[in-house]
Amino acid sequence: MDNSVQEPFIRIARREDMIWWKAWIIRGIALLLSLVVCAVVIFAIVKMNPINVYQTMFKGAFGSTRRTWITIRDTMMLLCISIGLAPAFKMKFWNIGAEGQILVGGVVTAACMIYLTNFPTPLLFLAMIATSCIAGAMWGFLPAIFKAKFNTNETLFTLMMNYVAIQLTSFAVAKWENPYGSNTVGIINSSTKIGWMPGLFGKEYMLHLIIVLALAIGMYIYLKKSKQGYEIAVVGDSENTARYAGISVSKVIIRTMLISGGICGLSGFLAVSGASHTISTSTAGGRGFTAIIVAWLAKFNTITMIAISLLLIFLQNGAVEIASKYGLNDYASKMITGIILFFILGSEFFINYSLIFRGGKKNKKEE
Amino acid sequence: MKENAIEIRNLTKSFGSIKANNKVCLEVKEGEILALLGENGSGKTTLMNMLSGIYFPDSGEILVHGKEVTIRSPKDSYDLGIGMVHQHFKLVDVFTAAENIVLGIPGAQFMNMSEIKKKIKALIDKYGFEIDLDKKIYDMSVSEKQTVEIIKILFRGANILILDEPTAVLTPQETKRLFGVLRNMRENGKAIIIITHKLHEVLEISDRVSVLRKGEYAGTVNTCDADEMILTEMMVGKKVELNIERTEPENVSEKLRVENLTCINADGRKVLDNVTFTAYSGEILGIAGIAGSGQKELLEAIAGLQTAEDGSIIYTKKDEEPCELVGKTPLQIRDMGIALAFVPEDRLGMGLVGSMGMTGNMMLRNYKRGSGPFTERKYPRKLAESIKEKLDVVTPGLSTPVRKLSGGNVQKVLVGREIALKPQLLMAAYAVRGLDINTSYTIYNLLSEEKQKGVAVIYVGEDLDVLLELCDRIMVMCDGHVTGILDARTAKKEDIGLLMIKHDGKEE
Amino acid sequence: MDSIISLIQAAIVFGTVIMLGAVGESLTEKSGSLNLGVPGIMYLGGIAGLVGVFFYENAVSEPNSIACVVIALACALAASFLAGLIYSFLTITLRANQNVTGLTLTIFGSGVANFFGGSLNKLSGGIGQVSVSTTSSAFRATVPALSNLGVAGKIFFSYGFMVYAAIAIGVLSQIFLSKTRAGLNLRAVGENPATADATGINVIKYKYLGVCFGAAISGLGGLYYVMDYTKGTWSNDCTIESLGWLALALVIFSAWKPKKVIWGSYLFGILYWMYFYISGLNRSSQELFKMLPYLVTIVVLIISSLHKNKENQPPQSLGLAYFREER
Repeated sequence: MDNSVQEPFIRIARREDMIWWKAWIIRGIALLLSLVVCAVVIFAIVKMNPINVYQTMFKGAFGSTRRTWITIRDTMMLLCISIGLAPAFKMKFWNIGAEGQILVGGVVTAACMIYLTNFPTPLLFLAMIATSCIAGAMWGFLPAIFKAKFNTNETLFTLMMNYVAIQLTSFAVAKWENPYGSNTVGIINSSTKIGWMPGLFGKEYMLHLIIVLALAIGMYIYLKKSKQGYEIAVVGDSENTARYAGISVSKVIIRTMLISGGICGLSGFLAVSGASHTISTSTAGGRGFTAIIVAWLAKFNTITMIAISLLLIFLQNGAVEIASKYGLNDYASKMITGIILFFILGSEFFINYSLIFRGGKKNKKEE
Repeated sequence: MKENAIEIRNLTKSFGSIKANNKVCLEVKEGEILALLGENGSGKTTLMNMLSGIYFPDSGEILVHGKEVTIRSPKDSYDLGIGMVHQHFKLVDVFTAAENIVLGIPGAQFMNMSEIKKKIKALIDKYGFEIDLDKKIYDMSVSEKQTVEIIKILFRGANILILDEPTAVLTPQETKRLFGVLRNMRENGKAIIIITHKLHEVLEISDRVSVLRKGEYAGTVNTCDADEMILTEMMVGKKVELNIERTEPENVSEKLRVENLTCINADGRKVLDNVTFTAYSGEILGIAGIAGSGQKELLEAIAGLQTAEDGSIIYTKKDEEPCELVGKTPLQIRDMGIALAFVPEDRLGMGLVGSMGMTGNMMLRNYKRGSGPFTERKYPRKLAESIKEKLDVVTPGLSTPVRKLSGGNVQKVLVGREIALKPQLLMAAYAVRGLDINTSYTIYNLLSEEKQKGVAVIYVGEDLDVLLELCDRIMVMCDGHVTGILDARTAKKEDIGLLMIKHDGKEE
Repeated sequence: MDSIISLIQAAIVFGTVIMLGAVGESLTEKSGSLNLGVPGIMYLGGIAGLVGVFFYENAVSEPNSIACVVIALACALAASFLAGLIYSFLTITLRANQNVTGLTLTIFGSGVANFFGGSLNKLSGGIGQVSVSTTSSAFRATVPALSNLGVAGKIFFSYGFMVYAAIAIGVLSQIFLSKTRAGLNLRAVGENPATADATGINVIKYKYLGVCFGAAISGLGGLYYVMDYTKGTWSNDCTIESLGWLALALVIFSAWKPKKVIWGSYLFGILYWMYFYISGLNRSSQELFKMLPYLVTIVVLIISSLHKNKENQPPQSLGLAYFREER
């Protein structure tokens, strides 16, 4: 045993606190780097000038009023799900089940549209909104009660609930098949437009914008200012402290998941009544998973979520445009999204930790 | 003359402004059992952690078998033949004893378990352990787990063993068995350091005793020349004058009466056994005892966080009928209008929300204040501001997460908030642990002020000098029992020291 | 009788896909990483193998079937290993959140696979038109003497080599975990990295290896799906993704034990295809039947949390990052 134990070349130390603008510069650099990598990939595939490609993307997302509104609609949809996830994640409850919660919300909305055609419009909408929320809330309630009572792993439970929901949707699709043999439901009430979400101020998706932005602000206030939001934060930080403060941990878990699932269910309503007017297993389309990433990156701040959702939807819709223009398929958007997210996820490390190189500040923090 | 297995020279280690070890010297010879004695916070564990590679010393030297060494990691320590059995065992729960013992040892990829077990068996027989090698750790009693830890260390060829309070969790029979094994190891030339508080055990097992006091080396005696009186004196030292202001209790009236309180922890052990005492308003009741004698559970039981198996806790409100607290949740206790303040031992894990700022933490006790669904922010912000000013809390801002503050400031936030509840009963556990002298005095003065206001204060402490000067009466606990309640103005330090180690009241 | 045989055959073919996925994920989770990127990794394994042999088959006039198999395997292994490397770099070295990174990997993998799959289809003239017949038939080749042995031949020997390779991988993984020193170390890292670290095990190295080799095995599941299950074609539906999630469910169902994964995968296969062989079901109730594997997994999850049987719990540090200084 000799004495010359080498200090490692690089050591990692937790950073105390980084000023917010420095953190955003790091995230910005990560975003730029990821765009460069994406550009290289795109160039390798289509041999097109990446700058032109990004221009095309912008045109795809915001090129016309119609496209801008589609981008807004999709952003609101993703945002709505992320808002639903925010309270659960703030409580450190890994709700991976948004996908399923959206689907059940969508299925009951479609059911209302199909079976309640003779309801007066306001009542029909009330029914759709209420049932979609309740369905989503039930999907959140099940894992929550088992977590609260038996500490059943919620990550795996909610994940499985997604596929139960998917099969339930397949069941519904087969039942409502139209036309027969197509294995799709088709556009529901395509002629009467019963149960279609109306536009506002002449804009088809204005109502989406208003509802979801109101939700975002409401959730922001709920989490930051309300007593229940305070309880969520305490439970997420330390269950012991919560008990010390007289908070019933299991009650908070169950209540929060009812809210979380309910809002995700509501996004199912938005997707069916407000956008596609049909139901299929791809109604959620992976957005339940993307929203997890949005919620995580936004650190559960619903206002930050607006920007992140917009970025992701911009990429997605822009990539669809590239795909059609250059004869590729639009899965390119998922690829690009993946690359960008990898970079942003990785950049968090440089915000939370600092690297100390050998010889730099020697033995300073040796313990 | 036997060789020195370990020699420590002037080892110093500081945490912030606290010197946990100050120029400590120590020697252990081969084939010797050295007892390391000292009160809580005297720096024993810190010292041993430097030998086992968990902490790195600020200055000083460590010599192993006469050669100076640098220990930077647990692995370095292992390689030097030093093995430490921590109080919290480092074992993989779902593995068998044999798997844990062989873990991390290089060798052929395919493990011939029966061959390995035969080797371990030889070791077991050599020292006289009793263990089933195929038993899973999660099925084992604490004593069995400890045995696995010791075998694991021996199997890796350690010849210097450090045991951190090994008997704290054992029954007398298990302790006897452990001591038998330790003697066998001594016969085989191993050097053994055993940390313990129990003086009769020190006298029974060790060859020499080294004593630490408040981070400093207080001397070494041969066990044959020592008795309990001598060791207690070395451990607690001469009485130090601290000049804490103490007033005579005024308007004393019964506030809290605990009768025959018994609590059982998750392992089924009695952590509180038939505890009976009374706390009066206008006085400070100190609780002394080795850490883990039931102080934490006692306070938690009063606060409604620990279920009582038996007994009662009677609280007397001013001019009202006494009421029972056993079986009530913290919320129910609060709703009964009982102003009970509690400064728990685990500040960030129980008393505060680490990720929130001062303002957010001020709300913890009364976030439900006011009607309507929203929290009231004005009052907590004002409170945070006044605490920050009054107690000199150093923080970049009221919204800076308290986790980022230093230990002293964290404690000021917690104590400040609890006192702001205008309590009639204030309980504080280890309120000055890890704090510098100035902050400690701030806390003492706050407690004294509360007492003068007529609050019943219960203070769990570890520094006997402080307890003797701060408190009016001192209750001593040992192993979940109350072993005595003394008048702090007349009690002697040695008396308390002896009561702290008076087991079951039988061994005296 | 015939319908039972064909149910078993369908279950075995189906089971092999998720078996490979789940055996790989078991190794990964045993090392303490919950990789929700399994569907993405299976996608990448499948598409890499397909693209590799597509270019090989189109480049030579008479493709050699052994070369085809080797190229497909090599491409699939390399791609999924790389995917594991991305995941481990982000979660182990850069300490990104495991769940979020895994989900991103799934998005990325499905994007890459469907993008190239779609392009291949376009190159060969339409959806489902890409064909790597030589490779696919090499993957599906059976030993004639054995597969003609009547009922036994149909049940046991009517499959391509990957079915048997999968079982072998499962068995070997089990032996690795329970009999070898490295396996013991790997499990210790997943259970209690601080303890493993203290005994001198290189925690970071084991975590990397657990994820990367686990990913490589999972990727083979994707390859098998493409080459045998869909006979060397590509369609942009989300079947691989749903099979990937089913593989994750299977890991839970089998309590993180590869030997249980082997029979569990066939059981899942039977549960999944049962609707096909129960007469009198209409299409909608068939869909409900497909829920069974997931429901069974949920029940298993609940029971294991109720019973607290220590043998069937997830590895203790599953999903947590390890940082020595934060002990």
